[in-house]
Formats: sequence, structure tokens, C-alpha cells
Amino acid sequence: MSLGYPILSTLIWLPIIAGLIVLFAGRNNPGFAKWFSLGAAVLTFILSLPLYVAFDTTTSAMQFVERVSWIPQYNIEYFLGVDGLSMPLVLLTTFTQVLVIASAWTVIKDRVEQYMGAFMIMQGLMIGVFTALDSILFYVFWEALLIPMFIVIGKWGGPKRVYATLKFFLYTFLGSVFMLVAFLYLFFQSGSFSILDFHAMPIGMTAQILIFLAFLIAFAVKIPMFPVHTWLPDAHVEAPTAGSVVLAAIMLKMGGYGFVRFSLPITPDASMTLDWLIIGLSLIAIVYIAFVALIQTDMKKLVAYSSIAHMGFVTLGIFLVYSIVSKTGDVQGAALGMEGAMVQMISHGFISGAMFLAIGVLYDRMHTREIGAYGGVVNTMPWFGFFAVLFAMANAGLPGTSGFVGEFMVILSAFKANVWFGVLAATTLIVGAAYTLWMIKRVIFGSVANEEVAKLQDLNRREFAIMATLAFVIILLGVWPNPLLEVMHSSVDNLLIQATTSKL
Amino acid sequence: MLHFILTVILLSPLFGSIAAGLFGRKIGRRGAHSATIFSVVVSTVLSAYVFFEYVFNGAEVYNAALYTWMVSDGIRFEIGFLVDSLTATMMLVVTFVSLMVHIYTIGYMDHDEDYDHSNAYYQRFFSYLSLFTFSMLSLVMANNFLQLFFGWEAVGLVSYLLIGFYMKRESAITANLKAFLVNRVGDFGFILGIAMVFVYFNTLDYQEFFDRLAEHEHTMMSFIPGLEWSVITVMVILLFIGAMGKSAQMPLHVWLPESMEGPTPISALIHAATMVTAGIFMVARLSPAYEMSEAALAFILVVGALTAFMMGLLGIIQNDIKRVVAYSTLSQLGYMTAALGASAYAASMFHVLTHAFFKALLFLAAGSVIIAMHHIQDIRQMGGLKRHMPVTYWAVLLGSLALIGFPGFSGFFSKDSILLAVNQTDSWGSSFAYTLLLMGVFVTAFYSFRMFFLVFHGEESDYVKSHKIHESPKVVTVPLILLAIPSVVLGWFMIEPVLSGRYFADAITVLPSHDVLANIYATQFDNVLGFIMHGFMTLPVWLALAGVALAWLFYMKRPDIPAWIQSKCTRANYVLENAYGFDRFNDIVFVKGSLRLGRFFWRSIDMRVIDTGMVNGTVRRVSDMATMFRESQTGYMYHYAFVMIFGLLGLLIWALW
Repeated sequence: MSLGYPILSTLIWLPIIAGLIVLFAGRNNPGFAKWFSLGAAVLTFILSLPLYVAFDTTTSAMQFVERVSWIPQYNIEYFLGVDGLSMPLVLLTTFTQVLVIASAWTVIKDRVEQYMGAFMIMQGLMIGVFTALDSILFYVFWEALLIPMFIVIGKWGGPKRVYATLKFFLYTFLGSVFMLVAFLYLFFQSGSFSILDFHAMPIGMTAQILIFLAFLIAFAVKIPMFPVHTWLPDAHVEAPTAGSVVLAAIMLKMGGYGFVRFSLPITPDASMTLDWLIIGLSLIAIVYIAFVALIQTDMKKLVAYSSIAHMGFVTLGIFLVYSIVSKTGDVQGAALGMEGAMVQMISHGFISGAMFLAIGVLYDRMHTREIGAYGGVVNTMPWFGFFAVLFAMANAGLPGTSGFVGEFMVILSAFKANVWFGVLAATTLIVGAAYTLWMIKRVIFGSVANEEVAKLQDLNRREFAIMATLAFVIILLGVWPNPLLEVMHSSVDNLLIQATTSKL
Repeated sequence: MLHFILTVILLSPLFGSIAAGLFGRKIGRRGAHSATIFSVVVSTVLSAYVFFEYVFNGAEVYNAALYTWMVSDGIRFEIGFLVDSLTATMMLVVTFVSLMVHIYTIGYMDHDEDYDHSNAYYQRFFSYLSLFTFSMLSLVMANNFLQLFFGWEAVGLVSYLLIGFYMKRESAITANLKAFLVNRVGDFGFILGIAMVFVYFNTLDYQEFFDRLAEHEHTMMSFIPGLEWSVITVMVILLFIGAMGKSAQMPLHVWLPESMEGPTPISALIHAATMVTAGIFMVARLSPAYEMSEAALAFILVVGALTAFMMGLLGIIQNDIKRVVAYSTLSQLGYMTAALGASAYAASMFHVLTHAFFKALLFLAAGSVIIAMHHIQDIRQMGGLKRHMPVTYWAVLLGSLALIGFPGFSGFFSKDSILLAVNQTDSWGSSFAYTLLLMGVFVTAFYSFRMFFLVFHGEESDYVKSHKIHESPKVVTVPLILLAIPSVVLGWFMIEPVLSGRYFADAITVLPSHDVLANIYATQFDNVLGFIMHGFMTLPVWLALAGVALAWLFYMKRPDIPAWIQSKCTRANYVLENAYGFDRFNDIVFVKGSLRLGRFFWRSIDMRVIDTGMVNGTVRRVSDMATMFRESQTGYMYHYAFVMIFGLLGLLIWALW
């Protein structure tokens, strides 16, 4: 499928150019910086809608492809395209961006143009990550993203931001260096940097294992998986609200996307051999991290840990296919887990974004994230209480919200792969509800805890609009997930074939 | 046409709820209760039509999809309707009781101590009531496990919101969190049960599931090496664990007594009449699967009988009027569950129906007493209320007679069917269960009439003497009267069709070898009057009367006797006061244990091993380097520079390769 114009390039470069304009023209003019960024974000979102409308659901081939030579000496191309796995993530990015810009409207007073510019540039780069089909292009977007995020946390972050940024940067940077090495090896074997060529080339077992591990380090850090997850709570706690939203809603998804775009299709045999490792780490994330979340006293840390646990469902769902095939002899049941993982990514984008925005609303008013500083917020902020409980229920996977769909699918599929996978994954029903609703009880419910809470103002129009938009999407996707799943089927089926076809 | 009617029945309360919930301030109190009551009236009237069509005219079972929720892995997950006599009956009960509660609420929630008049609590309450009605309807009308689970969790959500309705009270918001989490423990089993349905039957649709049941009659599974279990048994027990949460069977019953923190109308609607019977309904709905596992049925029978007896005992020592009724609900749920275990699904559903009416009646009457007593709930401070509130008095009397199974009242027919069925079944543990249930009959009569005498008869307490106590307004008493009618007469019409198996013939499957009700019908039933007369010749009725008599003796005639017993049996009293210690056990093992585990994971593994050991070693070294760089820079933007250096390094590596 393609349109008459290069839609993917538009989606990448429009925000980046807008970001640069804001950066240079917005100095000393915060009003312009805000409105221009918002306008660009809305325009990008509208321009991204044709991706869904014109998407051909019958094929797993790349669509809206753009391909020109970039550095011919090394056969590096400017090669873009989306399929059913990446298209929803692009839409998630453009959608979230509008809310991210709106959320920072009044909070950021210092160097607004740099803040807005950084986020606009980040958006372009994130879309670049999800659409790049040349591995070097992918790598450039992937690494370039670190810089604006690093600046956002380092400049507008909390008191321990230096520690947090360093941790964030080192983790992700060290992780991705291994990925680059893997790309270079693959290039020397195939003479191309095209990811699609990587998918097709045969690779020996030893090489596959090494490549798989290199990818694993890069993606595991991004997701993040146990035990390389400790950068995330720190980064979230220090990041400004919008930074947390982008981090949780989109950047974490790049890791999950990496597994389906690189690990499974490029190294299927190694994935099969090492699937126990990923499944084990995913289950640890689901069970262990949930208990860690239970005792957090900082709201952002709690939600950060809950993100790790929820992302455990993503990695679990992706790697269930091998156990299912070896147990039952065919892939029936695996697509449910894989699609569940994809749905979980999109849903987690909305829900974690909503949770961090909600915490931001409180933080803007009280300047603390400590659970103990709150109590009885609903008395003074009834609408906020309504949305907070709704998002918390979504986070606890209540049916009728998007949070349920992915978890449900992955639990069903996990049970098929191995009874114990299902049992351990299903513990989220209890512990996930426990940490989320216990926080709600202490923050939202109860009698007014102190004078600051008594003085709280309910949501203003802007905040209400942001919350209502997210609430609408979360419920819509929970009540009717089919439109999202429809676009994935062909690509997921193709991915399962790739993942189960030996390359030796 | 039927499809359209069903859709309207389902969605009408949802729209009512949205109107009252999101636009409550705009439409005001009148607008909110008018909108929600109208929406529920629509559902009730149409449900009555559907009920008539199915129960009297024997309409064809209707099974159709409303829309496709999703397609994945080639399986369609649909939202739809399965309507037969079982569904139609539940629909009418849910909408009718809900309507009564809606009307009653106008009077009950008019004034509230927790909220001042500017708060839109009144509209919110109506919104929740209608939302509950929608959720419960989607549960009972479901034609598949997915929608069942949706309704299951949605009623749990509304229950959570309503238990915590007085959100300033610490006790209320603790109770609702507890209710939600204990239910989630049940749901943990439930969702694994659903996963098993998916894994072995490749569908979540009821009908397809029933059609394929025979294929797996002998399939075995092994999840602990060396031990083999029947797939069907494991599956239905997992599903039943969900029912144990929702229908508050031991040991997952601990949330129900505390759910009384919610306002009384919802105790009647949710925690007595409808939601807590969802588990019973689910087992009856899935009777074809349960019939295939004798082990699961025996397990259900014993759990139910234990709950019936042990929870009844706790009713004796409660002094909060609502808690007495709550423990009685727990105990009656045990009866229903035990009937399921005896394969007497129809009797169990029969008891669900009669119980829905007489227990809603008792709760709403208790609420009426609470209004009159200005929100005092302690029965020791009441007494002699008969004179002041005659309608409520008669409501409680009729409700209690139905509850204890006095011959001729609705509860007599349903409870006697259960007792006869459990007596007849030859399942494992049946004689043990029967003994417990018989003793339960005595206990039920004792605690019911203990409350009845203490509240309405005897000396007026100081409070009653010193305050003006008067009967509640019409919006309160009319629902009481309307609920009293079915509580008294329903049994006369239903006993014959239920015992003969005709009533639920299109919905419930019972293996001929398990069909105790048919056996009773054949051997012990001539006509309704005969059945009543027969009741007088059997033990349960006399046990019930003995319970009433003893309550009268203890609390009217010789109040010194119970006090003396209490002082003599301190240990037994201690056990009962602490409700067998379930709460303490859960608190120590699960609550404190989880927190301790979380703290250990976080402090020892996350912080010490990973962060201090692996990460900060590295970060500290880099940090030192950063300090070095910072000193060599003139500005304070050291981290920008740091990024550039790393970027350069990356480029360099790339170029050199």
C-alpha cells in the first residue's frame, strides 16, 4: 500500500523540523513555542491517520515503503516502511505526542522552547525507530533518541537527575553498542544493511546465538527486563511528567518492537534455543517486580515498577511460540500470545501514560510524589478521583478496559504453552490489583489528610481534556479491540512462520 | 425483534448510569433518579416479557452474537446473548430487585451524614446502581466465558465502588479494597479455568464448549510430574474457585461481612440478592461440565455445607443488624452451593430466587430500621419497635419466616428441596454435608428470631424511649410490600416445575444417575399442599421451630441464660468473636507476608545486589570521569558535553570498522 506522498518521511521530519523551528524561533517567546508545537503535534497526528485508513490488512509485506540510497559505499539506504506490527506503534506515538505537549502547557516555565523542541524532535526520532527498515538508519534513530531524553531529564528533572541520567544513558548506550556490532556482522555476511535482507539470510547456530544475545542486551535494557531494569524507576522519578510519559508509553515499546522485528525473524533458531531465558525473565518481571511495586512509597516509582511487570507480559507473549510448538506440534495458540503482546504494548502506552499524567497533575499542585503526603484527594478533586480510579482499574486489568485485553490473551496463550507459565502470569490479577488499588486507597480515598490536600483545585479544562481523551481510548480499546487486532493478523502470521522456520 | 429487545434490556441501565454519573450535576437529583429509574423500568418490563415468553410459552433458546469483540488466532471472541429459562428468570429477578432498590434509595439516601447537600453523592449512588444492573445483566445474559468474565469483574468493580461509597471512612475503604482483592483471588482461579476452556476446547462460546465436552471426558493432564488429573475436574474446580470468591464460600468469604460498610440499599441488591449469587448461577449455567466430575461436585457439596453451618453460627453473636443479615446471607449461599454439589441445580437456582426476594426484603427492612434509629445499627439499643413501625415489622416477620423455611413460605420450598436433595445424593461426603445443613436450619431460625425479638419486641431501650421513632416514608415501605409478596407466595408456583425438572429443562443438564430432584418428585411429591404437610412430618421444620422457640426463651423470657453461656464457654466465644481467625491468618500470612517479601526483593535484590553491586560500581567510575570533564569545562552544561563525547565515540567506532 502506498499513498501519493511519502507519508512516513512526513511523519518523521515534520516534527523534527517543527522542533528545530521552535528551538530557534521560540526563544523568549514561550507562547509561540507552545502553540507551534501543539499545532505541529496535532497536524502530525492527523497526517498519521491515513496509515490506518489506507492500511492493507491482507498482506504482511511492508507498506508505504520509501527507499533511496543513502551511503552507497556501504549499501546503506534510507529505507522506510510499516507493517501490522509497527503501524499501531506509530499511531500510538503520534497520539501520545499531542497529550505530551498539552501536559507541559503551564508547568514548564524555564526555557519552554528547548523543552518543546526536544519533545518534537524526540517524536520524529521515535517514529523513525518504528519505521526504519535499514538497520543503520534504525540505529541512528535509536541512539539519537537518547540525546533529547537525556537533556529533558537532566535539565528539567528532579534533584537526583544527574545520577538518573547517567544511569539511563549508560544502560541504554552500552546495550545498543552490542546491537550495532550485530548489525555490522550481519552486513559483512549479507552485503546489505536492510532488515528485510537480514530476515531472509541463513545464519549458523553459533552466530545466531551471539547475535541473539547482542540484541537481547539492547532490547532487554530498553523494555526493561529483570535484572537490567533498575534504571527505569530512577529515570521516571527524576524525569518531568512529559518525560515519564514518553519513556513509559513509547520508548519502552522500542524494546518489545526490537524482539519482533529483529530477534525472532533474524535468529529464529537461537530464539528457540534460548526462549526459556526470556520466558524466565518475563515471569520474574511479572511476579517479582509486582511484589517490589507493592512496597513503594513514591507514586512514580510504583507505576514505574508496575510498567516493568506489565512489559513482562509483552516479552512473555512474544516468546511463547516455541513452547507451544514443542508441546502441541503446531502454532495454534501462539498467535494469541503474540497479538496479546502487541495489544499489551499499545494498551500499556495509554495506561502508563495516563497514570504518569495523573501523578503529574498531583505533583504540579503539591510538589511531592510521596503517597504518604496525600489522602482523601477525591474530596477536593472529584473529577480527578474519577479518572484516577478508572486508570487504576485499567492498570489492574479490569475487563472493559484496554489493560485486560493483552493480559487476557497472553495468560490464555501462556497456559497453553505450559500450565505453570499461565499460573504465574495470572498472579498479576491479585498482586497487580493490590499495589494499584492500595495506592488509590491511600491517595484518593479517605478523609482529607492535610491542609494542602484541602486546598487542592480540581482538574482544569486542559487537564480534563487530556484525561478524558485517554479514558475514552482505554475504554474503547477494552470494549472493542478488534480494529486494532485486524491490522496485525497478517504480519503476526508471517512473523510466526519466520520464527518457526529454521535458518540453519 | 427479540435481539433488539435484549439489546435494549442490557443497554438501557447503562445509559441511565451515564446520565446520572457524568451529567449528575446538570440534571440534579430529580433528573438522576428519574433517568435511572426509567431506564430500569424499561429493562424490567421487557425482562418480564422475555420471562413470560420463556417460562410460560416455552420459547426457543436464543443464542446469538451482538458484536465481535475480537478475532485472534482464528477464534472469534464475541459478545452475545444466550437466553433460556435460566437467563430469563435471572434477568427478571435482577431487574425487579434492582428497581425496588432504586425506588427505596430515593428515601434512604435523601439525607446523608457523610456528605453535605452540595455534594452530588445522590446522583453518583444512582449511577452506580444502574451500572450494577447493566453489569449483572451482561453477566447473566452472556453466551460465552469472555462476557461472563467481563460481567463478573464489572459487578466486582461496582461492588468495590459501593462498599467504599462512604470514602471518608477508613473502615469503608479498607473493606472495599479487601473485597476487591479477595474476589481477585477467586478470579485467579476463574481465569485459569477459562484458560483451560480455551486450551482444550479452542473456544470460549458456551454452546461450542458444551458440544465438545464429551471429547475430553477421559483426557488427563499433569502439572505436577507423576500426578494425573482429569482435565474436566481441574477445569471446573478452577472455575468454582471464582464462584467461591464471588459467592463468598469459605475460605474466600471474608470480604462479605465487611461489605456491610456500604449503604444498605446496595447490601440488599448486590451483597444479598444478586451479585453474590453470580457464582451459583455460573455453576448452574455450566451444569453440563460439572455433571462430568463427581470429584468436583463432592468438593462443592462439602464447601457449601461447611459455609452454611459455620457462617450461620457466627450470625448468632452479631449485634449489628446488618451483620446478622450478612452472615445469614453467607449461610444461605452455603445452602445454594451445597445444592449444586448434589446436582440439584434447579433447587439451588430456586433458592437463589426465593432468597433474592426475602433477603432483599430483610435488608431493606433493616435499612428502614436504621433510618428510623438515625443510623444506629446495634440491635441491643433497639427493642419494642413493633409499635412504631408496623410495616417494617411485618416485612421482617415475613422475611424471617421465609428465611427459616416455615412451611408455606417461599424459603420453605426451596430450602426443603435442597435438604431433600442432599439427603438423597450418594456423593462422597453427603451425609456429613446433610448433618451440617440440618444443624444450619436450627441455627438460622435461632439467629433470625434472636434479631427479630431484640429489635421489635421486648422492652424499649433508652434510645427508643428518648427519641421519636416513626415508620419510614412510602418510597421505603412500598418496595418492602412489593418484595414481601413473592417472598411469601413464590414457592407455591415454582415447587412443582422445579422438582419435576420442567422449569429449567432447556438450560440445566443433569445426568439421570445424579438426578435427585426427579427422584424426589417421583417418590415424595403429590401436590403443593401435600408437600407442605409432608414438611411438618420431617425434621427440618421442627428444628426451625425449635430455633425460634429457643430464641424466644433466651432473649424474651430468660436473657440471663445466653449471658451465662457466654461466660461459661469463653473459648468457644473467643473463636466465634474472631470469626474462626480467618482475618488474622490472612493478615499475618498474606498481607504482612507479601509486604515482607516485597521489601526483601526490593532492598536486598534490587537495591543491594543489582544497583549497589553491579550498576553503581560502573556509574561511580563514570561519574568520576564526569567530574573530571566538568572541571575541564568552563560552563555548567557538563552533561551536554558528556553526550557529545559518547556520540563522537560511537561515530568513531563506526567509522573505523
